[in-house]
Amino acid sequence: MKEEVVIGLEIHIQLMTKAKIFCHCSTDYIGKEPNTNTCPVCLGLPGSLPVLNKKVLEFAVRTSVALNCKINQVSRFHRKNYFYPDLPKAYQISQYDTPLGINGYMEISLSESKEKRKIRITRVHIEEDAGKLVHEGDITSSSYSLADYNRCGIPLAEIVTEPDFRSPEEAQIFLVKLRSIVQHLGVCDGNMEEGSMRCDANISLRDAKTGALGTKVEIKNINSFKAVKKALQFEVDRQKRLLAEGEKIIQETRHWNESKFITISMRSKEEAHDYRYFPEPDLLPLKVDLKMVDKIRKNLPELPEARRKRFIKDYQIPEYDAEILTSSKSLGDYYERAASLYTDKKVLSNWIMGELLHNLNEEKKEIEYSPISSESLVGMLNLMDKGVISGKMAKDVFEKMFKTGKEASQIVKESGVTQITDENELIKIVDKVINENPKSVDDYNQGKEKALNYLVGQVMRHTKGRAKPDFVFAAIKQRIKKL
Amino acid sequence: MTLNQLTAHEVVDSIKKKKITACEVMQDIFNQIDKVDNLIKAFLVINREEALKQAKKIDTKVKNGEELPPLAGVAVAIKDIITTQGTETTCGSKILKGFIPPYNATVINRLKEAGAIIIGKTNMDEFAMGSSTENSAFGPTHNPWDLERVPGGSSGGSAAAVAADETFVALGTDTGGSIRQPASFCGMVGLKPTYGRVSRYGLVAYASSLDQIGPITKDVTDCALMMNAISGHDNMDSTSVNLEIPDYLKSCQAGIKDLKIGVPKEYFIEGIDPEIKDALYRALKIFEKLGAKVEEVSLPHTEYSLPTYYLIATAEASSNLARYDGVQYGYRAEEYEDLSSMYQKTRSEGFGSEVKRRIMLGTYALSSGYYDAYYLKAQKVRTLIKEGFDKAFTKYDILVTPVSPTPAFKMNEKVSDPLTMYLSDIYTSPINLAGLPAISINCGYSKNNLPIGLQIIGKHFSEETILRAAFNFEQNNDVGKRKPLIKPAKYKEAAE
Repeated sequence: MKEEVVIGLEIHIQLMTKAKIFCHCSTDYIGKEPNTNTCPVCLGLPGSLPVLNKKVLEFAVRTSVALNCKINQVSRFHRKNYFYPDLPKAYQISQYDTPLGINGYMEISLSESKEKRKIRITRVHIEEDAGKLVHEGDITSSSYSLADYNRCGIPLAEIVTEPDFRSPEEAQIFLVKLRSIVQHLGVCDGNMEEGSMRCDANISLRDAKTGALGTKVEIKNINSFKAVKKALQFEVDRQKRLLAEGEKIIQETRHWNESKFITISMRSKEEAHDYRYFPEPDLLPLKVDLKMVDKIRKNLPELPEARRKRFIKDYQIPEYDAEILTSSKSLGDYYERAASLYTDKKVLSNWIMGELLHNLNEEKKEIEYSPISSESLVGMLNLMDKGVISGKMAKDVFEKMFKTGKEASQIVKESGVTQITDENELIKIVDKVINENPKSVDDYNQGKEKALNYLVGQVMRHTKGRAKPDFVFAAIKQRIKKL
Repeated sequence: MTLNQLTAHEVVDSIKKKKITACEVMQDIFNQIDKVDNLIKAFLVINREEALKQAKKIDTKVKNGEELPPLAGVAVAIKDIITTQGTETTCGSKILKGFIPPYNATVINRLKEAGAIIIGKTNMDEFAMGSSTENSAFGPTHNPWDLERVPGGSSGGSAAAVAADETFVALGTDTGGSIRQPASFCGMVGLKPTYGRVSRYGLVAYASSLDQIGPITKDVTDCALMMNAISGHDNMDSTSVNLEIPDYLKSCQAGIKDLKIGVPKEYFIEGIDPEIKDALYRALKIFEKLGAKVEEVSLPHTEYSLPTYYLIATAEASSNLARYDGVQYGYRAEEYEDLSSMYQKTRSEGFGSEVKRRIMLGTYALSSGYYDAYYLKAQKVRTLIKEGFDKAFTKYDILVTPVSPTPAFKMNEKVSDPLTMYLSDIYTSPINLAGLPAISINCGYSKNNLPIGLQIIGKHFSEETILRAAFNFEQNNDVGKRKPLIKPAKYKEAAE
C-alpha cells in the first residue's frame, strides 16, 4: 500500500491583551513570583464569576478575519470539565459547538515546488489558559508537584485546521506563516519556546489509492518550530513502520519528548476524557456586532502576504528574500528600518539573511534580541562602502559586533585595522609582489588568468587583507602591462 | 418586649429618633442568640465583636447628627453560602471547613454600605442541596415553631434565625425554593428575586442558571427595605441585569384594585395538605376583597418542572462542585497514594451523601451519549415552562400558589427518602426554571400551630408588583400575626 500523510493542526495562541480573559489581572505573568498574578476569579475561588474582557473578543475577531473566517454573530461559551491541579475550577471555559470564527483558510507556498496550497481553517475559538505545575525533578518520579496559577486565565485563541497537510514540511510552513500573521496582527508574539504559541497535531496515514483513512494519533507538547517537523516526521515514520510490520495503529494521544526526539504514548482512546461540555451559565451568549467586525476588517494591519509583495516591489529584492524577511514581524521591521537608511536593499537582505540570521540561529536568539541593531548594521555597511574596511574585513567586524554589541566604527578604531586607502602605498606593494613572482607574471602574460588571482592573493597577504581587492586587481594588470 | 423582637424598619426608625441605640439593639440580639441558639442551631459563625464595633460607629453617627444609611443598626444574618471576607464560609460542608474567603460577595458590600450589621453566618443544607437543613455537615437546624420539626431548607438557618428573633433579617439563596420554602415553614417573608436582579458575585454556586440571593424577613416592609439595598447591576456578574431599580418601599404603598391574579390549577395536586388548600382559598378571598380579580389559569408543563429542575440543577452542580478537589483550599484527605486517590478520598470524605448523589446525577446527565436525552431535553422543557408562564402573564399580573404541599415536617421524616424530599420543591422550582421573581408570605397556621405560606409569582423584574400584593395582603390578613414559642422543655422530653 502506498500511504499518504494526513495532518491537521490545533494551535493555541496567547492573546496579548493587557488583562486576563475574565478578570483584571495582568497577562504579563512570565517570571513573576508564583501565585502573585492572581485574584479570586482566575483562582476559581468559590463564589467568583467570570466577566469577559472585551479586548479578547476584539483580538480573536481580528485573528479570525485575518484567517478568512466567517464570524458567528452569536457564539457561546461552554465548560470543558476535567480534573487537573493546574485547572482551579476543574473546568476550562472554552467554546464548543458555536465557536467565534468558522470556515476560514490560509494559503501557503511550498518551498521547493513553489506550489500554492490552501489550508482550510475549521474554526477559531476563545478560551482560558490553565496554570502550570512545577515538579520536583521529572514528572514521573517527582514525589510532589507545586501549582502556579499565574497563567490561569491568560486569553487563548485556538485555531483548528482541516487535515489538509500532506507532509510535516507543509505543517511547519503553515505554522511559520501563522506566527507571522498573528505577530503582524499584534495579537500574539508567537513565541513557541515560551509557550505563547503552542501546537498539537493529528496525524494519520491514508491509502493513496482508495483514500481510506487510517487511525489518527494526536501529538501534544510540540514546543518549538523545529520540533514541529521532527515530531511529525517521527510520527509519520513510526506509523509507516507499524503498518509495514503488519501492526495496527492505536488511536491515542502521544507526547513529544524534546530531549529524546521521540513521541511517547500518554493515553489511549479508552482512557480519553469525557469533557461533559455544556453551555457556561455564568456568561451570556457572545454577540458580535457586525459593525465591529467590519471596522476590524477595514483596519487590519498589513499582513505578511501583502508585505512580502511590497518588499519585492519597493525594495526590488527577490521573492525568496521577501518571503524570509516577512516570516516574522520583527524581522520585517528590522529590514525596513535598515532599508530606510541604506540604498542597496539587496546587500542589506544578504547580510540579514546570511550573517545575521546565521549568528542568531547559532545562539537560538530571536531577531528582537539581536545585539546588532538595524542602525548598527547600516553603520558597518557604510564603512565598507567608504572603503574603510573590505568585504572580508566586514565579516570579522560583524562577528565582533555580534559578540560585543559594539558599533563597527568603534571596533575598527580599537583594532586599528582599516583598509589601506593610500593608493601609492598599495602600488608599492603591488610592484614588490610582481618583482618577487616573475613566474606568475609570465604565466599571466601567457594567458593564464588564474595567475592573476595568485598575485592578488599575495598582495592581500602582505596587507593582511586590508587592501581593496578591486583596486589591487586593476593595479596588478596595469603594472604588468607597463613592464 | 426586647428590642430583638422588632422589625428592621422599626429598629431603623427608633435609632433615627434616638429612642434606642444600635448598641442596645445588638445587646438584645446577642442575648437572644445566647438564649435560644443552642436549641435552634441557626448559626454556624457569630461575629459578636465586629457587630458591636459597627453598632458603636452607628451610635457615634447618631450622636454627631450625621445622616443614617437605610439599614443603620439592622442585624443581618448571612447564609453560609455567601462569601464574607475574613469570615469562614463553609456552605454547610466539611469540604470547605476552614475556608476563609479573601473577598466579600457584592451583596455583603451593599448591605454594609446600607449600614447593616453582619452578625453571623447561618446553617444550611450542604451546598444548598436539600429542603430541611438536615443535610448540613454541622448538624441540623430546628424549627422555632416546633423544635422537632425542620425549618425547611436549604436556607433553614436564615429562616429560623429570623423567626426566633435572633436577627431582624437574613439573606438566603434560592435555587429551587430554598428561600421561599423555609420562610413559609418558619412563618416569615422570603423573596426570590428575578434571575439577574441581585448580583451572584460571591454566592458559591450550586446551579448557576437558577441561583439567586434574596432576603428573609419578618414582614413585607423589611423585605422591600432589603431589596432596595441588595438589588441592581454588578460589573462582576455578567448575568446581572442593568435595569433601574424602583424604590420598593414606595411600590408597596399602592393598592391592588383590579390586579389580575391567576391561580394555576396544576398546583393543586394530589397529596397537598387540605390545611394548605384551605389557607390558600381563604387568602384568595382576601385578595378579592381588596379588589383583585382571581381566576383559574393553566400552566400545562408544571408536572415536568421537578424532573427538569433536578436535571439542570444537578448537571450544573456537578461542574460547579468539581473545584473542591483538595488542591487549593478546604479539606484534603490525609492519606492518599497519588493524584487520583487524593481526588477520590478528598471528595468521598469531604462531601455528604446528598451532595454526592446530585453530583452523580448531574455527571450522568452531561455524559457523552446521555447529554441529548437528559440535559438537552431538560433545557427544551425549561423553555416550554418559561413560555407557559409568559403566556399566563399576558392575562394576569401575578400568580398565587402554595409554597409547599405541607407545613414543616418532622426531622428525620424524609431524610431516607430523597424523592419525597424533592417533592418539597414542587411549587417553587418552576419559578427558578423560568427565572421569575416570587415571594413567600405567611397566610395562616395549621391546627398544630405551624405556619402556612403563600407564594406570589410575578413577571420578570416585577418585584414591585409582588411586593405590593404581598404588602396589601399582609395588612389585611385577618389571621393575625403570631410569634413562635420556643419550648425547650417539650423538645427535651421528646429527645429523651
